Amino acid sequence: MSFNLLVTVSLAYVVFLFAVAAYAERRSRRVGGAWLRSPLVYTLSLSVYCTAWTFYGAVGYAARSGLEFITIYLGPTLVFTGWWLILRKLVRVGRSQRITSIADMISSRYGKSSGLGVLVTLLAVIGTTPYIALQLQSVTLSFGVFAEPDAEFWDPANPASTGLWVAAGLALFTIVFGTRNLNANERHHGVVMAIAVEAVVKLAALIGVGIFVVWGMADGPADILARIDRSHIADWDIVPTRWAGLIFTSAAAILCLPRMFQVIVVENDDEAHLAVASWAFPLYLCLMSLFVVPIAVVGLETLPDTANPDLFVLSLPLKEEWHGLATFAFLGGFSSATSMVIVAALALATMVSNHIVMPVYLRSRTEGATMAGDMRRVALQARRFSIAGVLTLGYLYYRYSGGSAALASIGLISFLGVAQVLPALLGGLFWRGGTSAGAAAGLIVGFVLWAYTLFLPSFGPAGPFSVGMMEYGPFGLSWLRPQSLFGVEGMDPLIHTLFWSMLLNTVAYCWVSIVSFPTPLERLQGAQVVNVFEHTLGARGWTRGSAEAEDLLTMAQRILGPTEAQALFHAEAVRQGKSGYLPETTPEFLDSLERELSASVGAATAHAMVGQIAGSSSILVEDLIRVADEAQQILEYSNQLEAQSAELERTARQLREANQKLTKLSIQKDAFLSQISHELRTPMTSIRAFSEILREGDMDATESGRFAGIIHDEAIRLTRLLDDLLELSVLENAQVSLSVGPAILSDLLDRAIAATGEMTEIRPDGALAINRDRAREQIDLVTDADRLTQVFINLIGNARKYCDAPEPRLKIRVRKVDGRAVIDFIDNGSGIPPRSQDIIFEKFSRLSDQSAAGGAGLGLAICREIMARLGGNIEYLPGQGGAAFRVSVPLAEARGVAVAAS
Amino acid sequence: MGKRVLLVEDEPNIIEAIRFILSRDGWAVETHSDGATAVDAVLAAPPDVLVLDVMLPGKSGFDILRELRAAPATESLPVLMLTAKGQLRDREQAERYGVNCFMTKPFANSEVLEAVNALFEGAAGAA
Repeated sequence: MSFNLLVTVSLAYVVFLFAVAAYAERRSRRVGGAWLRSPLVYTLSLSVYCTAWTFYGAVGYAARSGLEFITIYLGPTLVFTGWWLILRKLVRVGRSQRITSIADMISSRYGKSSGLGVLVTLLAVIGTTPYIALQLQSVTLSFGVFAEPDAEFWDPANPASTGLWVAAGLALFTIVFGTRNLNANERHHGVVMAIAVEAVVKLAALIGVGIFVVWGMADGPADILARIDRSHIADWDIVPTRWAGLIFTSAAAILCLPRMFQVIVVENDDEAHLAVASWAFPLYLCLMSLFVVPIAVVGLETLPDTANPDLFVLSLPLKEEWHGLATFAFLGGFSSATSMVIVAALALATMVSNHIVMPVYLRSRTEGATMAGDMRRVALQARRFSIAGVLTLGYLYYRYSGGSAALASIGLISFLGVAQVLPALLGGLFWRGGTSAGAAAGLIVGFVLWAYTLFLPSFGPAGPFSVGMMEYGPFGLSWLRPQSLFGVEGMDPLIHTLFWSMLLNTVAYCWVSIVSFPTPLERLQGAQVVNVFEHTLGARGWTRGSAEAEDLLTMAQRILGPTEAQALFHAEAVRQGKSGYLPETTPEFLDSLERELSASVGAATAHAMVGQIAGSSSILVEDLIRVADEAQQILEYSNQLEAQSAELERTARQLREANQKLTKLSIQKDAFLSQISHELRTPMTSIRAFSEILREGDMDATESGRFAGIIHDEAIRLTRLLDDLLELSVLENAQVSLSVGPAILSDLLDRAIAATGEMTEIRPDGALAINRDRAREQIDLVTDADRLTQVFINLIGNARKYCDAPEPRLKIRVRKVDGRAVIDFIDNGSGIPPRSQDIIFEKFSRLSDQSAAGGAGLGLAICREIMARLGGNIEYLPGQGGAAFRVSVPLAEARGVAVAAS
Repeated sequence: MGKRVLLVEDEPNIIEAIRFILSRDGWAVETHSDGATAVDAVLAAPPDVLVLDVMLPGKSGFDILRELRAAPATESLPVLMLTAKGQLRDREQAERYGVNCFMTKPFANSEVLEAVNALFEGAAGAA
């Protein structure tokens, strides 16, 4: 098979993937693309775990080390079958906090720490780079297997150019489909779909080769089993520590690998998919490993000893001249390599751009987030350059390491590197005491140990560590020998690294977490993550009102795109019952905006950007948490505070009201005393002045007689005033003793009219015509006749005094209404102006010319008090033409019941 | 021309008493009992001395005093204020508005006469 044809097939396959991805992207924007988000696609996308290392390397692994390769599948299987233990929580946290990567996860959990984000990103880049190199190597090698016959086009001794082309092509694909847009949920349906298709291709290819080997080259399963028995694969002992270590490593890797985090958490559309994947993904792994041993055994038997076991999958069909199957197997391996590189590059690029490039960019712009040009374009560019950068690193590693190491060992080194995130991740999920300082300490300790004991030595004697240093330790310190730390000898290098790095990583994490004091935001985020199932609400980080909606919109448009940002703001505004695009910047809205932004630029950056505009940051919450010992108590505590503060406010209001009442009473009392003083002093003035005049003598008898009359009248007026005051005081204090007895209304009115008839001295001209209906007045009452008559006298007297009509008339109407006798007194004068109607029953509320009245203005006040004591009422009746008063008293029968009852 | 005093007061008996006391001493006593029109009455024919009550129908004596002090013709008119509201606050208010003399009711006849004469002579001396 010609090399050219192979290249053509590869290109055609890539074009096909492009088409699948483009189709899925288009469908995902339309309604009805539900199958794109099915559990099946989710499960297949998880197969990025199975890279070229699995596809080619597992066979090589089996050929070299027997069944040990199984451990690489057992770890993920354990994690997925126990999905509800860790994965479910991880996915829930990822979705609720809009996590974009493993670095974002750690950064978010530990108080949105940007330092941790950078640390995990660097760790992930360093840990993943060899792995990307590994994929480039496997693709290059597989090209080499095919190309050998066409030496004039292909120089196997210098595969660097192939690697370069592959790296460039993968970068292009990833950039095209991974950075089309910065969408709010950071999911890439196109990429995921392409990867699902590749998953099918690689599984079909491996099974195809397996079937060919078992039934084509051997004589069926029985023959294969016999061959396995004969081969040295069966002789390998299972070393329990190494097995346990490898299972642990692969289990940790599936949680911590950036690409696995991407497909498991970030690309997850529905938590329910996890339940399906919990059995479907282990099944996929099982199928992938089904034919590994048969292919390895047959390869060892039939191929020459010089053949690379890592390439048995390709060389077996080639040897048998099955070029079609070999090409299919090549595409399977190609799929494995490309899917891993694409997802890994995407995940790493997201981390690099969100945690390193964007924060640096933001900090370099002094104008702040709103002024910083088109952030969206910057973020996309950052991501594109990051993708190119990650692949360049992978390519350089591949060139530098010379492609010599066995695939499996590179893979395990990589696994163990990213597994250093595990303590911080698990601690973050399950232990609220974990702090960012602890996480950083653990990560650094673990990472340094990994690099020192495994990663750097892996470069061999040509690398940074000389043979002498490996054997005798740096500066001759034997306890620091990279592969025998603290003098522990004879351990497998991988297990040695696993043991020391994980142990010291965990110890450092726990110890520093315990001794360090977490920031309030850390506590809050810790509680949010650890108790993610209890409360689905996000962190209440923002306080109201400090952010300008317009600034936020300006910034959001640059990150989410104008259409999306405007839609988001408009929807919120509508929800708040406003029109337009500028909602109230409530804490809830700031939170949701921060989550939207964090999907595009990461939690720490989003927090920083919103913080730049909202300004107030999280001060209020932080202060509250400082007081409350546990983050969860914040709510309770603040509720208590609120209740207390409401209580205080209520008390204060009551005090204020009481004070106002007292002040008002005091003013009333002063006014009353002032009035009384005035009312008493006025007659006293006349009495004193005239008595002084009389004492001087020197006047005629008529004049002195008249003056004596004035003194007499004023003395009576004074007495009457005092009587009124006393009476009012008695009535108001309810000390009055009523003499209740039967009476007829008509008689009382007669008495009142007769009494007022004597008041001729007040208005001699006031011949008041009184209009009555005696028949209606024959109503039996049980009441204090004298008191009620007093009220009538007052009203009729007022009519006599004040009715200003030329021919004054008073109409007295009597009715029975609802067990009451209602008596209206209506005159034909000009009445009482509306503004005064409210005050006529107040003390001293005389409206005009007091000399004509001859009273102190207490009459109606006394009437009101009397009527209240009699169980009746008196009120002004507006709109009757003249002054009109309505008096109502209970009827005898109703009263009788009341008296009997009391 | 005789000494003219204007008495603004609404109690008929008090008017009669003061009229008797002052006219016996040679004063021409005019009276006005409505607060609302009192300022116009004073401005129409400014007396030599004004005796002013506080509690008047229509307009209080304080307001009348303030308006008179604002008018050029009466800004230095001698004013004796008589009130039954004998509180310190009222005296202070009257003085703030520029009263010349302040007395509370009931009064001694001789004191009122002396005060009116003193105001008249003080004003004449100043003129």
